[in-house]
Amino acid sequence: MLAMNYRGPYRVRVDEKPMPIILHPEDAIVRVTRSCICGSDLHLYHGMVPDTRVGMTFGHEFCGIVEQVGPEVRNLTAGDHVLVPFNIACGKCQFCQQGLFGNCHESNAQATAVGGIFGYSHTAGGYDGGQAQYVRVPYADVGPMVIPDWMDPDDAVLLTDVVPTGYQAAEMGGIQSGDTVVVFGAGPVGLMAARSAWLFGAGRVIIIDHIEYRLDFARTFCPAEVYNFREIDDMVVFLKKQTDSLGADVCIDAVGGDAAGNALQTLIGTKLKLEAGNAIALHWAINAVKKGGVVSIVGVYGPTGNIIPIGNVVNKGITIRANQASVRRLLPRLIDHIQAGHLNPKAMITHRVPLADIADAYHLFSAKLDGCIKPVVLPNGA
Amino acid sequence: MSRELVDTSKIPGWGVDADTRNNPTYPIRHREDLQTDGLNWDRPTQQAPDVEILQSIEHNRLPAVVGTSTPPTGLSGMIRRYAFRRSESDWWHWLLLMGADRINVVEGVIEDLSHGKVPNIPAEMGGRAEWQHNKKGLAVKVAVLAGVTLGLLALRRRR
Ligand SMILES: NC(=O)c1ccc[n+]([C@@H]2O[C@H](COP(=O)([O-])OP(=O)(O)OC[C@H]3O[C@@H](n4cnc5c(N)ncnc54)[C@H](O)[C@@H]3O)[C@@H](O)[C@H]2O)c1
Ligand SMILES: [Zn+2]
Ligand SMILES: [Zn+2]
Repeated sequence: MLAMNYRGPYRVRVDEKPMPIILHPEDAIVRVTRSCICGSDLHLYHGMVPDTRVGMTFGHEFCGIVEQVGPEVRNLTAGDHVLVPFNIACGKCQFCQQGLFGNCHESNAQATAVGGIFGYSHTAGGYDGGQAQYVRVPYADVGPMVIPDWMDPDDAVLLTDVVPTGYQAAEMGGIQSGDTVVVFGAGPVGLMAARSAWLFGAGRVIIIDHIEYRLDFARTFCPAEVYNFREIDDMVVFLKKQTDSLGADVCIDAVGGDAAGNALQTLIGTKLKLEAGNAIALHWAINAVKKGGVVSIVGVYGPTGNIIPIGNVVNKGITIRANQASVRRLLPRLIDHIQAGHLNPKAMITHRVPLADIADAYHLFSAKLDGCIKPVVLPNGA
Repeated sequence: MSRELVDTSKIPGWGVDADTRNNPTYPIRHREDLQTDGLNWDRPTQQAPDVEILQSIEHNRLPAVVGTSTPPTGLSGMIRRYAFRRSESDWWHWLLLMGADRINVVEGVIEDLSHGKVPNIPAEMGGRAEWQHNKKGLAVKVAVLAGVTLGLLALRRRR
């Protein structure tokens, strides 16, 4: 089969690889129909995540047809068209039992801090991912869900990650009616977070980014007030002025360690890698939130550590809430939202490419070229 | 920049999930529903991997399911094995792994060459997309590269 093959920072290609096989009685093999590239993949692509081994296949946002199931799989049969949450979760451990499907204890040998994630380095378990024609899906009864007849597969594939992640970002914000919510990052995750903030009753939603075409899209898609941080001298003062000098009720970090916007953090975090990426968006979030406010983090950072103003978290009595999205927990509610027309994720898809062109798709998405918001790869043709 | 406020009455689904109980101290996890104390539970079947799996020393046993992509090999593999003697809380664990990742890239090129394959690095880096959508950026990169090369040549000649 053909699969994406990571060769090093900024270098990916497509190669012939052996077909995946059932390795555990709860495994399924899925023939991939759609597979996205995610902002999280960019952290791998940029060489930011430790233990990203050459030869691995990335891809944690995919849907496809079940080809084969292991002897302990009960809920799926060959031929089912399923969407597959990015978290690999056993459904039985104490974390899965609490609905923390992103924190499963039985899916990642290499680290305890995060559960297994498809195609996301060995720090997230060492599983080959879905940017391939076929993929091994462990715990097939727990994560995967048959796509409802009425649902567009383009919406289904976005339900594997960015829709639940954005929604959970808003949920963790504990948004109360009328709250002012600031979302850092107008990528697919930030867009979904802003859109979801309205569902929780936000009174005002502000999005910060520096990519003009994304801000333009956010203005009408979310809809939201949008600001380009390159045009603003001091982000925190600006947001204070927007909020009667008090700060926002809720700040959401949908940027993570690949942030731009601060030369010092870029030098020590992005270039020298002395901290786990550039944490300026989180820095702004902490300093721009109201006293007693909530900072909700879904942006991904490496495992080492980051420079953030923790003293201000204490002094301001800020609550920080963060996690990898628990996709499975949120799916039923989000499917309802799509059916009711409250959410329209597929409008974010800007590029559809065959697997053969994946190197170009990575570069477009990473360099933010050609108006790219969300690229979808079609590993087995359209 | 936009300063217009958004009219919430025009937003489909506005407020449908408003939840006053979801204040920051209300946990997302549902301990009430917990069916296990974490000690006594029906653990999934254990996978028996046939490739080398490096295991975090913070695990007391191998998780029931493991990924079998790209087992450790070569010099980078040796460094990875060494890194896994330290916990996830130890900076050296991660810094050694990052170092191994960089060495692994060189090993990847050697592996390609040993199979008679010269990696097409410009294509792997999305050169075609750069050419189609960022000619200006490409021109700058080429100019910088040419400048640096010429500068180095000039320096050498002067010596
Ligand atoms: N927690 C989870 O479960 C989860 C799931 C998916 C993605 N993520 C993470 O969410 C983040 C966003 O993902 P995405 O797919 O939207 O990525 P993306 O790269 O498309 O979007 C990130 C956006 O942030 C903008 N940005 C950069 N610096 C900024 C700054 N200082 N302030 C404001 N905006 C800034 C970029 O211009 C870009 O538009 C990533 O870190 C990704 O890893 C987390
Ligand atoms: Zn993702
Ligand atoms: Zn689990």
